[in-house]
Amino acid sequence: MIQHQGTTPSRQEERASPDPPLPHLTAGDRDRSLAGMFRLMLITRRFEESLYRKYREGKIGGYLHRYDGQEALVAGVIPLLEPGDYVLSTYRDHAHALAVGTSPREIMAELMGRTTGCAGGKGGSMHLIDPARGFLGGDGIVGGPVPVAVGVGYAIKYRGDSAVCVCYFGDGAMNQGGVHEALNMAGLYRLPILFILENNGYAMGTSVSRSTAQTDMLLKAHAHGIEAARVDGMDPLAVRKTAEHVIAEIRREVKPYFLEMTCYRFVGHGVADNAQQQRFYRTEEEIQVWKARDPLVRLKDHLLRTGELSEAVVERMEDEISAVIEDAIQFAESSPPPTLDTLYQHVYAEE
Amino acid sequence: MAVMRYSEALRLAMSEEMERDPAVFVLGEEVGQYQGTFRVTEGLLERFGPQRVLDTPISEIAIAGLATGAAMAGLRPIAEFMTWSFALSAMDQIVNHAAKITYMSSGRIHCPAVFRGPAGTGNQLSAQHSQSLESWYAHTPGLKVVLPYTPADAKGLLKTAIRDESPVIFMEHAGLYATRDEVPEDPDFTVPFGQAVVRRPGTDVTLIGYSIMVRKCLTAAERLAQEGISCEVLDLRTLTPLDMETIVGSLSRTHRVVVTQEEWRNVGFAAEIAARLADEAFDELDAPIKRVGGADVPMPYAKELEQAAIASVDAIVEAVRAVMA
Repeated sequence: MIQHQGTTPSRQEERASPDPPLPHLTAGDRDRSLAGMFRLMLITRRFEESLYRKYREGKIGGYLHRYDGQEALVAGVIPLLEPGDYVLSTYRDHAHALAVGTSPREIMAELMGRTTGCAGGKGGSMHLIDPARGFLGGDGIVGGPVPVAVGVGYAIKYRGDSAVCVCYFGDGAMNQGGVHEALNMAGLYRLPILFILENNGYAMGTSVSRSTAQTDMLLKAHAHGIEAARVDGMDPLAVRKTAEHVIAEIRREVKPYFLEMTCYRFVGHGVADNAQQQRFYRTEEEIQVWKARDPLVRLKDHLLRTGELSEAVVERMEDEISAVIEDAIQFAESSPPPTLDTLYQHVYAEE
Repeated sequence: MAVMRYSEALRLAMSEEMERDPAVFVLGEEVGQYQGTFRVTEGLLERFGPQRVLDTPISEIAIAGLATGAAMAGLRPIAEFMTWSFALSAMDQIVNHAAKITYMSSGRIHCPAVFRGPAGTGNQLSAQHSQSLESWYAHTPGLKVVLPYTPADAKGLLKTAIRDESPVIFMEHAGLYATRDEVPEDPDFTVPFGQAVVRRPGTDVTLIGYSIMVRKCLTAAERLAQEGISCEVLDLRTLTPLDMETIVGSLSRTHRVVVTQEEWRNVGFAAEIAARLADEAFDELDAPIKRVGGADVPMPYAKELEQAAIASVDAIVEAVRAVMA
């Protein structure tokens, strides 16, 4: 989606694309219509569900952090980006990779630890990456991508591009010192970064109110000289509208902007955070209240009302997405694992 | 050739590389308007402007993060830490981000960032400002670790670091900044990584050091020469990559070795060299390998205690006598 041509340093290896593009492969592929946004959200949800199945089958290892319920935060923003823009994410990064246009095949293969994965099987779920599309990766450290984003924003400004760097992070990151150092620098140097706080209310099992003295996150952005706004992340139309406005403003004025997107993750923090574990920090009632505001359902209902979608089209999308995911699984499962001679490869750039 | 200080040689390396490649820029605390805490970046702001000589807040995490992100996005940052002691808060960005991104992405993206600044002990700077921690970085795959001793190496190695595609930990020594020596003015002069150099040839004992320990080894060798002991002094120059060939080559001539380091002796780099020699060249050894390093204590302030804590020429002399006994 965010094809990097002129702006990708030539010395950085071009990723060998292992597969031809599939139809409707990445729902967001330059499709900025609301129907396209819905399709991207739908594939994200179905993809996460399939990952969970594969995890349970033992085909996927490590941690698995799902984006269920938060889809609008990505689908409302990333399709608006242009070639040359950048995205950084957290360990909850499958949605971001799908949105920039990384093929589901490569994502699935990465999660299965295959050489055909988008990180060659060395990254895994938390380290999806696609530099050719401007996606500089997920990040396994809470708050980790925010200082990195400041460097990316500095590079954009240094070159005099009109590009934007979008950096996602969670409410837990707001209590990390490095995030505040980074926000201060972004404000000080007026770097073209859109900071998106995915405020799903919980840092793993610790709620914002139990971890954070000042729960008004916008004040924290203001404290660093950064304009900030809050948007209901469960409202896809609001996310899209706000993002359009803010991204245009960042490009025009070359400055940082902080968007707090309130949202809710419908599933546990990771797979180990199962229903029983979640009882320690949130109630079933609370989960049901938020699920009743499912952004996927909300956008679908809206588009059915306006006539931009029909039940038949949604059904066809579901079928297509099932096929894409099935194809990705087939591809990943039939891909070879990395050979042991690659163990010491890529420790340094010249290897 | 021109005679210049170690600090001037570093500056020359940076200014030449900034002339050569517009993607090279410097950032750090007091690097610009203040002209550098140790004057290493003096004059660069006036010459290259504030975008390429970026004064930062005292925010080491974000300094390291900015360098990492800018490098990932195609620039070639040189991040200065006012001292390596202050880089401790930036460890996550250096170790978990800069060092690993190439591997985590199977080489799809690189991080050609240089992290530089002074390290080392002395001057009664006490526990939090007086220390050497190179092993922390040498322990981490993905980082290259460079510690120049001479002004010429300061220039040549820093230029290599700036041109390298991998993140480089470049540890200068505050006690060497004022050292003056001949430095090649040729802008194409570089010193390759992974090539140790013999600073003094000898036949009886190999003394291994890097950074300021080379000076101490040379002084010890001078003293021991008067006792009739001939020391060969090796300057490693880079810990990663490590030139084991030169080390083993020297040992196979002398058959005795003392490995020195300024950092704490416990779990230090000398232990790594000793272990590798035991593995790879056991048959060459005529005596046990001796290590010299700093006392395993936080650096004390009082002069007398400080002197006792810092790896000394006397300790090297003692170690050599022991392996000769």
